[in-house]
Formats: sequence, structure tokens, C-alpha cells
Amino acid sequence: MTYTWDFHSVWQYRDLFMWGLWISVVYTVGSIVFGVLIGFLTCSMRLSGWRMLSFIARVYQEIFRTTPLLVQLLWFYYAFPLLVGGNIDNRVAAMLTLSLYVGAFYAEIFRGGIVSIDKGQREAAAAIGMSPWQAMHRIILPQAFKRMLPSFINQSVIQFKNTSLVSVISVADLAYMAAVVNGQTYRPLESYTVMAVLYIAMLLPMTQIADWVEKRLRVSD
Amino acid sequence: MTATSLSAAPAPVIEAIGLRKTFGHHEVLKGLDLGLARGEVVALIGPSGSGKSTFIRCLNRMEAPTGGEIRFRQKRVRDGFRDRGEDLGIGTLRRHVGMVFQHFNLFPHKTVLQNVTEGPVIVCKRPRREAEEEAMALLEQVGLAEKHSAYPNHLSGGQKQRVAIARALAMRPEVLLLDEVTSALDPELVGEVLAVIRALAEAGMTMAIVTHEMAFAAEVASRVLFLDQGVIAAEGSPAEVILEPTNPRLQAFVARFKG
Ligand SMILES: Nc1ncnc2c1ncn2[C@@H]1O[C@H](COP(=O)(O)OP(=O)(O)OP(=O)(O)O)[C@@H](O)[C@H]1O
Ligand SMILES: [Mg+2]
Repeated sequence: MTYTWDFHSVWQYRDLFMWGLWISVVYTVGSIVFGVLIGFLTCSMRLSGWRMLSFIARVYQEIFRTTPLLVQLLWFYYAFPLLVGGNIDNRVAAMLTLSLYVGAFYAEIFRGGIVSIDKGQREAAAAIGMSPWQAMHRIILPQAFKRMLPSFINQSVIQFKNTSLVSVISVADLAYMAAVVNGQTYRPLESYTVMAVLYIAMLLPMTQIADWVEKRLRVSD
Repeated sequence: MTATSLSAAPAPVIEAIGLRKTFGHHEVLKGLDLGLARGEVVALIGPSGSGKSTFIRCLNRMEAPTGGEIRFRQKRVRDGFRDRGEDLGIGTLRRHVGMVFQHFNLFPHKTVLQNVTEGPVIVCKRPRREAEEEAMALLEQVGLAEKHSAYPNHLSGGQKQRVAIARALAMRPEVLLLDEVTSALDPELVGEVLAVIRALAEAGMTMAIVTHEMAFAAEVASRVLFLDQGVIAAEGSPAEVILEPTNPRLQAFVARFKG
């Protein structure tokens, strides 16, 4: 049989797609911002030299890195409110979970970048009288930053894809809107193809940038 | 050394008193005493693992001693970074006691000039212009003025080490600690670095030098220390220690390097 594509009916819902795309971008950027803060804090705790702080940070990281994001979303939306007695807004649950999830990975990327810097750098900084803080932000971080950048971009690209899971707790992102359009038009092929194309259109430039950055950094090393 | 010359000796700039260092159960330094008088050049020699690096790294508190103490200008150095009361902080100590490493440890993300000005500008808070002028003079002194805007990765080992020396000198240190600063260099590049150190010695810089270059140690040092198994096993003028050693272990050690 031959299928007759009909994008016309789907086109009528272009505003829904655009709105969904916008929501996906908001959750991606929002969770990246919060994730960077969480990752920075977690990484500081891991490197603080305080056993207890380091242990807490480690436990958090392992929990969020060893459970699927989908499981985390379901848990925060359906289980967490029962635990604390109350309700949680699905959008809050989505943003919270996405941030905690990516923060655990960012923390590891930051930590990996910092510990990969030769200890001679810290010593040379200390030898000219720098405080540990001065050594960190003048000498260690600028070098570590270059090393962590490719993994950071990579993780952020993955994060954009991950936001599609928030649709399972009814956050109206791009994936959710595609399902809505499909419900209205009974055109699954068109609805979901448009969704896929929009994801590609968003992410292709980002993966290109990631590759370009990685190549640039390798040359400058 | 006679009793009269001891009592007449000026107070040391930096001294280690009963210095001990233990790593786990391994006692590396077993109570060392050393005072460096102003302008004095002390060479530390000894077999691998005898504790030379550990000792010199205790002098600027890169390594925390497990016993004894470090004094700088008669003041005790405390454990914290900042001064407290009469005691000096580690930060203050390091501003006045420079160190040059075997593997240079230049900052790869900074140019040669920035490497040299980093300490004066960031740590000593000197005006950048002034620090740059002084840095250029120092680079001139080590023969690398024309490389001021190069990045360390574009330099040879010998050039890197000369920049590292300029970086340490930019802090206007009173003491310079050098730990096998030519050991990572190709043989043909050793000379240019030794020449810089020789000039510093002639200009009166106070230095503690760990080295395997026996001829060089004999030439520049006013005093030579033979470290063996965590103690100072022999000490004296270069003639006494390197040229005519009496201690049998020292004889064997020196003989290996005479080749
Ligand atoms: N951070 C450390 N942890 C544990 N052991 C150490 C550490 N640093 C040094 N040691 C040990 O202390 C001893 C002395 O080391 P040190 O580096 O001071 O010797 P060295 O005289 O400088 O030797 P070399 O001539 O090989 O440089 C060695 O046995 C070494 O294994
Ligand atoms: Mg050594």
C-alpha cells in the first residue's frame, strides 16, 4: 500500500509544536543552569577534603547516575509527595528531577577536569605564594575548564533529548504536544515525524558546535 | 668548623630544626638541622630515596613536617596559610622563598611574560606595568626576552626551566630552592640552565640546590650536605665532601658520579 502523506492537517497545529519546542528549550536551559550550580556544589563537596561532605555528595551522585531518568521523574511526581505529605506541581517535579539528574553528571565532569590537571600546577602556584583559592581560580580552573568543555557540551545535548521524558508527567513539551496533535488529527506518522525533525533541527547545530570545540581545543593543547 | 666561627656566624635566613617527616610508617627524615646564611649556596647530594626532595620541600612547606620546625628570619612558621601573632604563615614563607622544580611546572595557559608576572601581580599586588617591566628585565637576565609572548609548549626544556627561574625570581625571593632542576633536560641543554644558576650564586642569592651534577655542586656551593637514609651523613666544604670524602658510603656515592 502507498501512504499519502498529509502534513496539511498537522500544519494547522504548528503553534502547538512551537509552544512545545519552547517548553523543551525552557526545561533544558533551566535544568542546565540549576544543574551547573548543583554540579559545582557537589564537585566542591567531593574535593573539600571533608569526609562527610564528600560522602554525601558521592551518595547523591550515585543515586542519580544509576537510576533511569524516567524512574526519577515518576518517583518525584508520584512517590515523593506521599513521603512529605502534600502535592508537587508536575512542572516543579520535572525541573527538579532534570536538574538533579544532570547536576550529578556535571559534578563528575567538573571533578574529572580538575583532578586531571597535573599536581605540579598546584605546587607551582603554591610556590609563588598563592592561596589554595587563588591557585584554583587562576591556575587550575582555566586549564580544567578547557578539558571539561567537550563533555559538558555533550552532556547538555543529551539533556535536551532527556527533556522529552517530562511528557510522561504531563508537562507540555515537544513530545507531549506531538501526542496532542496526533490525538486531534489521527496522523501519527506526520505528527511524530515533525517532532523528530524538530529535535534534529535543534540538536544538529549543537553537536556540530561540540565537535568544532573539541577539535579547536585539541589543536590549542 | 671551629667554635669561634660558629658563634660569629650571622643568623640564618632560613633554618630547619630537628626536622622529621614520616610517610605512613616510613620515616624519611630523621631529625635534620640546617641553617642557610644569607648569600650561602648549599648543595644537597645523596642517593635516590635519601630524602633530598622531601627535605627541600619541607623548607617552603610544600610538604608538612611531622616533627621539628622551620624558621624564617628567626620566626617560626606555623601550619596555617596566614601569619598569626609572632608566627609566620605558610603564604608569607613562600612569598620569600622561591622554588624551582624538576619538571618546570610552567602555567601552560599563560605566556612566558604572564608566567613571570603572575606572582608579583596576583600575590604581591604590585602594579601590572611595574611587574611587567621587572619581568622583562628578568627574562633578559635568563636570555629569553624575545620569547616573552610565547606559550610554554613552544619552548625547549632548557628555555622552560629558565622561565621557571625567572618566575621564581620575580617574587624577589630571599632564598631559592632548586630540586634537580636539570634532571629532566637533554644533556646539551643542561649548560644554559647551570649558567643562570651560577650567575645567581655569584650575585649572592641564597640557595639550597639538590643536584646530581657533582662538578657543578663542587663549583658553586659554599657547603655540601650528603643526605643518606634520612640523616645528614656528611657535611662540609665541596673539597671535604666531594673531592676528598672520608665517609665510606659517601666515597662510593661520589665515585659513581666521577665516572
Ligand atoms: N608523598 C609521598 N608519599 C609516600 N612516600 C613518599 C612521598 N614522597 C616521598 N616518599 C618517599 O620518601 C623517600 C624519600 O623520597 P625523596 O623524593 O625525598 O628522595 P630523593 O632523595 O629526592 O630521591 P631522588 O634522588 O630519587 O629524587 C622515598 O622512599 C619515597 O618513596
Ligand atoms: Mg628528589
